[in-house]
Amino acid sequence: MALALPLIEIRAAGFRYGERQVFSGIDLDVFRGELLSILGPNGCGKSTLLRCIGGALTLHTGTVRLDQTDITALDTAARARRVGFLFQNHIPSFPFPVLDVVSMGRAPHLGLFGVPSSNDIALAERALDRVGVLHLKDRPYTEVSGGERQLVLLARTLAQQPDVILLDEPTSHLDLKNQVRSLKVIGELAAQGVTMIMTTHDPNHALQFPGRVVMMKPGGVIVAGLASEVITDAELGATYGIDIAVLKVPRPTGPGEIKFCSPW
Amino acid sequence: MSKLRTVALLIVIPLALLYASLFVGRFLVSPLDVARILAAQIFPLNADWSKSAEIIVLQIRLPRALMAMCIGAGLSISGAAYQGMFRNPLVSTDILGVTAASGFGAAVALLLSRNAFELQLIAFAFGLAGVALTYRLARIYRTTPVLMLVLSGVVVAAFFSACLSGAKYVADPESKLPAITYWLLGSLNAASVKGLAMVLLPIVAGCVGLLLVRWKLNVLTMGDEEARSLGVETERLKGIIIVCTTLITAAAVSVSGMVGWVGLVIPHVGRMLVGPDHRLLLPATLSIGASYLLFIDDIARTASAGEIPLGILTALIGAPFFAYLLRKTRGTWH
Repeated sequence: MALALPLIEIRAAGFRYGERQVFSGIDLDVFRGELLSILGPNGCGKSTLLRCIGGALTLHTGTVRLDQTDITALDTAARARRVGFLFQNHIPSFPFPVLDVVSMGRAPHLGLFGVPSSNDIALAERALDRVGVLHLKDRPYTEVSGGERQLVLLARTLAQQPDVILLDEPTSHLDLKNQVRSLKVIGELAAQGVTMIMTTHDPNHALQFPGRVVMMKPGGVIVAGLASEVITDAELGATYGIDIAVLKVPRPTGPGEIKFCSPW
Repeated sequence: MSKLRTVALLIVIPLALLYASLFVGRFLVSPLDVARILAAQIFPLNADWSKSAEIIVLQIRLPRALMAMCIGAGLSISGAAYQGMFRNPLVSTDILGVTAASGFGAAVALLLSRNAFELQLIAFAFGLAGVALTYRLARIYRTTPVLMLVLSGVVVAAFFSACLSGAKYVADPESKLPAITYWLLGSLNAASVKGLAMVLLPIVAGCVGLLLVRWKLNVLTMGDEEARSLGVETERLKGIIIVCTTLITAAAVSVSGMVGWVGLVIPHVGRMLVGPDHRLLLPATLSIGASYLLFIDDIARTASAGEIPLGILTALIGAPFFAYLLRKTRGTWH
């Protein structure tokens, strides 16, 4: 069991685009092995906060420390060895085989002139296996379905062997079946102890995971806590500005219940 | 086609073409004599061939053939690197204005009646300066977004094209204007051992540089932000690629004039043969490009009594071939 020292410490974080203050004064700790969901409406600054945590954007005020190190003090390669990033919109490039795309995750471990070794390829195959799409490894990644491509790109972040994986709206443009499939894989990785921070605009996605939830309101005010504490009728109503209720129904088969929320 | 067979062909074809180029031409030298003249450079052979045959093979055809191969290989690998970096199949080596700037430099040299050596230097220097200008224009907040590079390239190319038109306008229509026009159409008939040595250095340096970063180029095609998240210093990598391709293209244009279409078409042929992975694609384009331009130049110097300008032939053959590729692939990446 890890010590209570947080993996990521965010202190007094503030960011603005030009004159527009996106968020300010955010304090947040993320612990090793945790799956943290950042929930909020479109445009509230979730993606910006995630980029600041990953060091792709620099905070205007405050700090992000990863394992006691200021994230902005790391160079690009060192950062990529510690932080993996799954982007919301991937514009497919050339029809590289799936395995080639996943082995690109080894890039931060290789020098400027480096080429992946057989060991790197083996790590890439293992990563594909973990997300359950190893059978696609020789297919052009531009020709697999959108859901499968998202899993391939998730495998690429696993191949980076980072301390934490940041997922920016990982299901936003997938159909229902593929959303469920992706979230299931993310849940499995969380159960294996992979530290992840995921943004989502859909409270139902956050409800599927046992971890903590950060709810981000327009203006960048955050409420953090367990899903059951944070995802309530009142908080959701205030965040999204609509009448919304958290509901429970018994599972159609088997024990337990399904929790979901719906506007009314 | 198996991978091994493709690789074997990519090695054999340019060598076979090189050999053929030494005995093809108006002055008849038999293939056997060519082989013996070449062998005589290493082994002590009894020279029973004519002195003029030896001069034609060693001092005219060989440097010219090697020059064509260098330029074809260089323009092709540059085109492939740029198409990857810009994630765009329609990008060619002149996207950042190097060709237009070099062309203007050459016109200036011709206006000032400089000799061939000085012309080559001036055209090369203008090419480098043109791209430096594009890069400076595209730079915002310590980054050079791809879109800014493309747009700045359009600006710089348009500027130097206008300068070139100006140079033509003020040129003496009896002597200077035809000289500029013929030079721009492209030719390798001025190729010499000395000229070859001069272009070899920048072209080889550029090719080696591109080959070294060939796997990172794969990562760069994922887009700047993703590549950075994978640990790639995108600005440094793009800088290396731009410097290498510019050295190659400026050197090529400075000796051969404006030879278009090679850097656009050959990368597509390469992708059809070996796929999109730059680890294979870049070496493959070297071979295909070298073979292609050598073949075209052989046609240029043998098809008619006079020389056919190289730029006309590369476009005349390149354009329909590209049209065929477009129809076949319906505009998608191969």
